[in-house]
Amino acid sequence: MTTETLTMGKALNLGLRRAMDDDPKVVLMGEDIGRLGGVFRVTDGLQKDFGEARVVDTPLAEAGIVGTAVGLALRGYRPVCEIQFDGFVFPAVNQIVTQVAKISARSQGRMRMPVVIRIPFGGGIGAVEHHSESPEAYFAHTPGLKVVSVSNPVDAYWGIQQAIAAPDPVVFLEPKRRYWEKAEVDLDAIPEPLFRSRVVRRGDDVTVLAYGPMVATALQAAAAAAEEGRSLEVVDLRTLSPLDLDPVVDSVRRTGRCVVVHEAQVSHGLGAEIAARLTEQCFHSLEAPVLRAGGYDVPYPPARNEEEYLPDLDRVLDAVDRAMGF
Amino acid sequence: MSTTRPAFTPQFMREDGDAAPWTVLRPDGQLEEGARPTLDDAQLREACELMLFSRAFDEKGFSLQRQGRFGTFSPVRGQEASVVGAAVALDPQRDWVVPQYRELPALLRQGLPLEQFMLTFLGDPRGGLAPEGVNVLPIQIGLAAQLPQAVGLAWGLARQGRDAVVLVFCGDGASSEGDFHEACNLAGTLGAPVVFLLQNNGWAISTPRSRQSAAVTLAARAPGYGIPGSLVDGNDLLAVHEVVSDAVGRARAGDGPSLVETLTYRLGDHNTADDARRYQPADELESWAPRDPIARVLAHLRSRDLWDDEHDAAVRARIGRRIDEAVRTVEGVEPPGVDHLFAHVGEELSPRLARQRADLIASVETR
Repeated sequence: MTTETLTMGKALNLGLRRAMDDDPKVVLMGEDIGRLGGVFRVTDGLQKDFGEARVVDTPLAEAGIVGTAVGLALRGYRPVCEIQFDGFVFPAVNQIVTQVAKISARSQGRMRMPVVIRIPFGGGIGAVEHHSESPEAYFAHTPGLKVVSVSNPVDAYWGIQQAIAAPDPVVFLEPKRRYWEKAEVDLDAIPEPLFRSRVVRRGDDVTVLAYGPMVATALQAAAAAAEEGRSLEVVDLRTLSPLDLDPVVDSVRRTGRCVVVHEAQVSHGLGAEIAARLTEQCFHSLEAPVLRAGGYDVPYPPARNEEEYLPDLDRVLDAVDRAMGF
Repeated sequence: MSTTRPAFTPQFMREDGDAAPWTVLRPDGQLEEGARPTLDDAQLREACELMLFSRAFDEKGFSLQRQGRFGTFSPVRGQEASVVGAAVALDPQRDWVVPQYRELPALLRQGLPLEQFMLTFLGDPRGGLAPEGVNVLPIQIGLAAQLPQAVGLAWGLARQGRDAVVLVFCGDGASSEGDFHEACNLAGTLGAPVVFLLQNNGWAISTPRSRQSAAVTLAARAPGYGIPGSLVDGNDLLAVHEVVSDAVGRARAGDGPSLVETLTYRLGDHNTADDARRYQPADELESWAPRDPIARVLAHLRSRDLWDDEHDAAVRARIGRRIDEAVRTVEGVEPPGVDHLFAHVGEELSPRLARQRADLIASVETR
């Protein structure tokens, strides 16, 4: 067993490296990913070892990056596109939503799109505008795309490899403020499947759902709640489309209460879809409506208002209180 | 008798790169043979002071950022002639500057207070507000998005019968975005009074100009949009001023848009979070040092007895005082508070937002 203590950024780096070792058709493309190793250094050293033909520094053109990936995929390559920051994905949305997502259906399954679009997402790093967005709902709303978000180095290491190996396009969301958080990663383990959610803390009173950057926040909230004698079950959703709600349904049938946490603006977000499904599937077990704790319905603010915007432990606990109060 | 038809050859080839940038001031500060400055002595001294101001602020900003007193920002360092030369071709009373994010002195010339700029990079929402009558748009972080907007702004001004011109900035990196091409093309079809100032500083973060486009010059794209293009030495204040003045004059006369590529060089990091030593070749960086745009203007002014040590010291002291004053002012600004999060999402606060605002205020108060 080979176990290493890795940051999430390094885990992604090693995962990419292993995917490139395993499959010569894996090609990385993006802005500043070569010599610089990406602005978050996720691709550090990969161009040096795999060459400029497999780790491609592209012009500054997101639509072009993703569109070119479509063409490469048609020739059997497995392109992994890095979008430098969440707010810069929007020029590429035409290619992602109208093309990448639909080519399989358009070609009656003859053309597969094994494209991975990596996006560092979310806030909390005091950045300038367009560097802190949570665009997952746009993609999750688009049939034909799979959307995953990792919350820890273990999932990052395996998840990026699984996303690359997947036959369909995957929008792979990396919580940038967790890039530097560390965990032990067993490099020889048998990984959990990519498109499955996972209970990460057992509890009986309220089920708290989170993904990406908010999993750590939900776990902090659970620890704080435990001190007050409240037992929160925390589920890391991991996959946002398709949603894997079976473990959640089991959990909510036990607890009768559920809070969905995401950094994205609450309205029309993932939480709404989850609440609707849980209402359908757990209606008779619910002791309270499914509640949401998330970002306010405002543009992601400049750094000085960031703390007020971001859902934190207190906002999660407030929602838990409300769920318990019904 | 048979005639032989010549074999087909492409009619439009990659241009051969012979186009030499327009220059007025040589690196040693002497005028090119027969060249005449398009700025008078007082204007030249003012422009030089603005360049020095920009350089001084870059240094101060870096040092404040390292102390945690300023946010991530992108210095102008090396590009002062390109930005200032273009800006001083405008009449701030009627013309507009649409920035990207590396054009501080152009914004100052238009009348934006330094404090406003600093607030933006301190992450304060109030930085986005330019005082009434200051013809600038807010800093644009989404590369190239400002370009079609500038075309619309110019078109709108023209439709309203104003004799105003819009100067919009972008870089070699942003010129690879689709928005760049759409903007240039639209401007050509509309005849909009806009000047695209493409600062080719050699680098888009770590991506060198050679990897950004196979075009030998970026200015050479202009004929493809049906608009005039110019290549100019971006480290030559007078050359930039002359070329941009010409473009502004044509735009004002109703003759439509222009694309100006300034050849310049980013002297160091992309921003305060970057480490250019990872990718910028040291010898390339060194080769640009003798072409420093500020040294060139200073040498010129000194050679004409328009600048001496005494004046230099007075200017630098004045700049230092102004920057210190702005730092003191912005550091005294109270945090924006909860209201700024909600106040300007739209004309009215929706009931749902009003409730979210009340929830947040209540939770802040109970902590």
